[in-house]
Amino acid sequence: MTTPDAMALSGEAGDVSLQAPTDNRSNVLDLDDFSAEEITSVLDDTGAMVEVLGRDIKKVPTLRGRVVVTMFYESSTRTRISFEEAGKVLSADVINMSSSGSSVDKGESLLNTGLTLQAMGVDVVVIRHPHSGAPYLLARHLPQVSVINAGDGLHAHPTQALLDLYTMREKLGTLLGAKVVIVGDVLHSRVARSNLWGLTKMGAQVVLSGPTTLMPLDLLSGRDELEEDHPFAQVDVDTDLDRAIEGADVVMALRLQSERQHAGFLPSLREYIRRWQVTDARMARAKSGALVMHPGPMNEGIEISTALAHGESSVIEKQVTNGVAVRMALLYRLCAGRGRRGETGQPN
Amino acid sequence: MATQGNHSPERQIMDAQEIQRALSRIAHEILEKNRGVEDLVLVGIHTRGVILSQRLGENIQRFEGNKAPLAELDINLYRDDLRARENPRVRPTKFPVDVQGKRVVLVDDVLFTGRTVRAALDAISDLGRPRQVQLATLVDRGHRELPIRADYVGKNVPTSLDEEVKVRLTETDQNEDVIIVKLGRR
Repeated sequence: MTTPDAMALSGEAGDVSLQAPTDNRSNVLDLDDFSAEEITSVLDDTGAMVEVLGRDIKKVPTLRGRVVVTMFYESSTRTRISFEEAGKVLSADVINMSSSGSSVDKGESLLNTGLTLQAMGVDVVVIRHPHSGAPYLLARHLPQVSVINAGDGLHAHPTQALLDLYTMREKLGTLLGAKVVIVGDVLHSRVARSNLWGLTKMGAQVVLSGPTTLMPLDLLSGRDELEEDHPFAQVDVDTDLDRAIEGADVVMALRLQSERQHAGFLPSLREYIRRWQVTDARMARAKSGALVMHPGPMNEGIEISTALAHGESSVIEKQVTNGVAVRMALLYRLCAGRGRRGETGQPN
Repeated sequence: MATQGNHSPERQIMDAQEIQRALSRIAHEILEKNRGVEDLVLVGIHTRGVILSQRLGENIQRFEGNKAPLAELDINLYRDDLRARENPRVRPTKFPVDVQGKRVVLVDDVLFTGRTVRAALDAISDLGRPRQVQLATLVDRGHRELPIRADYVGKNVPTSLDEEVKVRLTETDQNEDVIIVKLGRR
């Protein structure tokens, strides 16, 4: 893989890295259009935001006068609250909208709701939607609004992936060459999909494990035809978790939705637990000090054992804390440089 | 660097030795004004202010035998021109001591409009209430837009608005000097 290596080599170039990479991004829809340099710079900014969150008074005036609307067409606790906190710590005005109780109940289309928000002068829309691609529709039709994808259908959840990358980099020092095992329902996981982009771009070695029925064969079929330097060319699938976990730096368990069993993806929950639950015994095969991660919400006792979820190797709560900082970094990035009505800058 | 005719696009206003002398004078002045290092904190503004504050700290330790704590401040979250800035980066603020009741010496490389210092004052006051805030700068180039002045100045340099003052330090740049660059049409 050439990209991350090349990046690691040029990463020392002093001021160049301060100015070069970001292409004045106006939306965050998935990580497929992020370069390794841009991911690195988001993670660096996140570190600065972590410092702000550690203060006695967690408030900076950066986004005064900016309006952030969270539009959640699906239930969520951590992601919505995390965005709300991120916006508020940066002094943006955050308005939460949920589909029930809004004009969505009256049959208003997503696009018209978006146009309404744009007409109200909203700066950033954070959207979670059960349909893959919904954030792209908004991004395409709302030129004056920045759109952040907070999870769309089975497709992508880029802010979760970025907070996962930050948590791993913080603990491991680098993602380059790290072995990351993602376990469980990869097929239905937008978290796993965005993580695949992020991890492979950063040069991590990714292994997917779980029942064959829940492996994303769509993503990996035709892998042989992939160019050698395509990010996914190096991703492995190993349905034997005990073997996959060997020497891992990170093991990420995914939420197993019980509906999957009824839909015929699993013979029985019991068998799933026996073969793919992430447990202390299995973690013993990983590197010592390996991290246990989970995007939440957890089904303790199903995809992850309770002891492990709250044990020493677990960084699951750390993920939640870092989530606020990552979202601050993204809000900051999207709002900066967006001068209105031809406002121009001058140096200090 | 190519020069065109007699008008060189850049000219040096301080060399490495002059920078060193200015920093050792400023270190003495800081010690004189504050009567030692008690309750003193040197706060560097990212990026070059941090390096200059470290050098001042080394000087102070050499002259006095006592260390003054060093802190790093990033003021990007406090700027008043976020909309106009493309791709701004934020670097971590590091404050190893409580700012409450301290004599803070802000350190920056160039004092120009004063807006960076204004942002730094806001950033500091979000962290606590210092007893006093002083300002040290390697170069004061004039053109203030705010009522701000420096307590310690390495060199006063009259400039015009179509010029840029660049402080280059070995830690971040190839060279060690201060130059004035004539900008193109603005």
